[in-house]
Amino acid sequence: MSEARERILGAIRSSLGRGRLDPDAEADLRARIGAHRRNLVPVRATALDERARVELFIAMAEEVQARVTRVGSPTEVPEAIARYLAAENLPAELVMAPDPSIDDIPWDTWPLLQIRRGRAEAEDRVSVTHCHAAIAETGTLMLISGAQTPTTLNFLPEAHIVVVRRDQVVATYEDGWDRLRTVETTGGLPRAVNFVTGPSRTADIEQHIELGAHGPGRLHIVFIEDVRVARSERDDGYSAPAG
Amino acid sequence: MLATSRHFEAAAQAGLANQNLQRALGLARTGFPLRRRLAVERLPEFEALRETGRSIKDHTLQHLDFYLELYESQVVASGGKVHWARTSEEACAAVLRICRSVGAKLVTKGKSMVAEEVGLNDALEANGITPVETDLGEYIIQLRHEPPSHIIAPAIHLVKEQVADTFRAEHRSLDPDRLLAEPRQMCDEARSVLRPRFLAADVGITGANFLIAETGSSIIVTNEGNGDLTQTLPRIHIVMTSIEKLVPTFEDAATLLRLLARSATGQEFSSYTTISTGPRRPDDLDGPEQYHVVLLDNGRSAMIGTEFQDMLRCIRCSACMNHCPVYAAVGGHAYGWVYPGPMGAVLTPGLIGIEEAGHLPNASTFCGRCESVCPVKIPLPKMMRHWREREFAKKLSPPAYRSGLAAWAWVARRPGLYHALAEIGSRALGWAGSRRGRFRTLPLASGWTGVRDMPAPEGRSFHSLWAERQTSGVAR
Repeated sequence: MSEARERILGAIRSSLGRGRLDPDAEADLRARIGAHRRNLVPVRATALDERARVELFIAMAEEVQARVTRVGSPTEVPEAIARYLAAENLPAELVMAPDPSIDDIPWDTWPLLQIRRGRAEAEDRVSVTHCHAAIAETGTLMLISGAQTPTTLNFLPEAHIVVVRRDQVVATYEDGWDRLRTVETTGGLPRAVNFVTGPSRTADIEQHIELGAHGPGRLHIVFIEDVRVARSERDDGYSAPAG
Repeated sequence: MLATSRHFEAAAQAGLANQNLQRALGLARTGFPLRRRLAVERLPEFEALRETGRSIKDHTLQHLDFYLELYESQVVASGGKVHWARTSEEACAAVLRICRSVGAKLVTKGKSMVAEEVGLNDALEANGITPVETDLGEYIIQLRHEPPSHIIAPAIHLVKEQVADTFRAEHRSLDPDRLLAEPRQMCDEARSVLRPRFLAADVGITGANFLIAETGSSIIVTNEGNGDLTQTLPRIHIVMTSIEKLVPTFEDAATLLRLLARSATGQEFSSYTTISTGPRRPDDLDGPEQYHVVLLDNGRSAMIGTEFQDMLRCIRCSACMNHCPVYAAVGGHAYGWVYPGPMGAVLTPGLIGIEEAGHLPNASTFCGRCESVCPVKIPLPKMMRHWREREFAKKLSPPAYRSGLAAWAWVARRPGLYHALAEIGSRALGWAGSRRGRFRTLPLASGWTGVRDMPAPEGRSFHSLWAERQTSGVAR
């Protein structure tokens, strides 16, 4: 152990006027952590039913300049994306997360979309990802890193398209984190958890808000209303084109 | 970073006379408070959250040794490494060791006030490593060789014309006749100039807004996405942070995150809040291969248990300076070190000594707005008063000021004499100023009358008026 480490811990203990905590006190602190007790959580999103929570998520996301397109089922996603790209004058070339959870979307029904699957590279202009959860409280997307969900997709391209399913909408950050804790039991925390609220922005010059500082200047949410259809289609044996 | 806080008075005068600075501050002094107020009004629990935020930080500081040890063990368990640093020198040395181990030449940086505090850029440059600031404001001031003037908006002292001039002078490979009139164009230019640097950097250095003890995670909060590119693309990620950033759990961080953006920019949530835990996993497609945390003390442990401990709750939101009439008048550079405004006036003497920074706690009207907007309820004016007491006790203030204060104290402890002198004084001034109703100059008060007139008293002292009202029963 380094000398600096011992000196800093020693200085803290001497400032606190005590030595190392006794085992009972340490056990109490460990119990506080283990309880994952929530502090005061605003009622803004927790007091709502499912329908109102979804509407709050969409309203809050739009308020921070995310574009939201609502579609009925996964089959409508490719067309919604193609139309968005055309309207925004973006190329129909996508880099897409190699994530099986978007494989129920029939990408080959819209052959003009060129899709590469993997992490983002410097030349990629548009990315498509799934998300881990959508947080109603502030219209925030929660994305996690992993073998199938590389982080570069969230930051390198100039437009980021996120496919959100209705049953992914939760009320609060804590709800999103709890969903992570259930995943986490299988392999620890992911390297990165990104809470994304609207596109990249800066106000560093004269307080003037400009989108697209270094991250994506456009954030497009394709919101799938009916999750039931998604599952039944997957059961029908559809599989996505290999990347 | 070298402190120039001793020259606060001259620097403040210069700030008042600087027209570009006054134009830039004019935009900030209305914008920040308005946006914060609107955000606070939308969240009915905001006041209660401030109390919760305060108690989370107090709890952590009371058990900081335990949480630091737990934090370190969790960083190690997730494949990262913690480097403890007592001083700026140790912190810079740790970063240099890591950079040298991979022969790093180019380092990208997300905005970090701790990196400013330890003077990291100078240390890197002195050792042949090029640091590139990637936050737009930090990038602008790096090109101009200036320190930040605000903890979340480092280039807030500049107007767009100055930014355009800087870009023209520094981006020499671009068309000299290009249009650079609006922030949009400058923002696009910075994006295109910095993009190849992000991709080429060997090491990425960010700060941390919070550290989570339970999981060994660091949290950064940004709007531009530069911090995320900085910590995702290079082979090595170094987190430059300090011991008081710790919180026990994600739930505790969530409470402070709800306070941070609303207090800072008036946003509901910043664009990007990223929680990082260790280096890339074996099957990850991206992310750094090494994850290091440099954990700085630099005088903070000595503030625990003193009347300045509350300052360690600070979450660096900048609400105090955004609401400070002194900051709004003189700007951040006058404070002469890394941290300006009310939080700087308390923290700076704690970190570099009251001998260096004695002017700062005196640069306050004690209007109390800073404390009233602080998301973790730091009693800033009270602590500035503590520093003034220490400065007086150490005999650091000028002799004329000290003897004047001593004379006033002597009289103030004798109420009969004080009331009599006040009555005589106000009558004399009232008589002398009765014709014009004000004074252009007054002996011993040139500091006041140099910039404004002194209104003439109406001839009675407050004490005598009060006594009269009490006896006649009006005040009941």
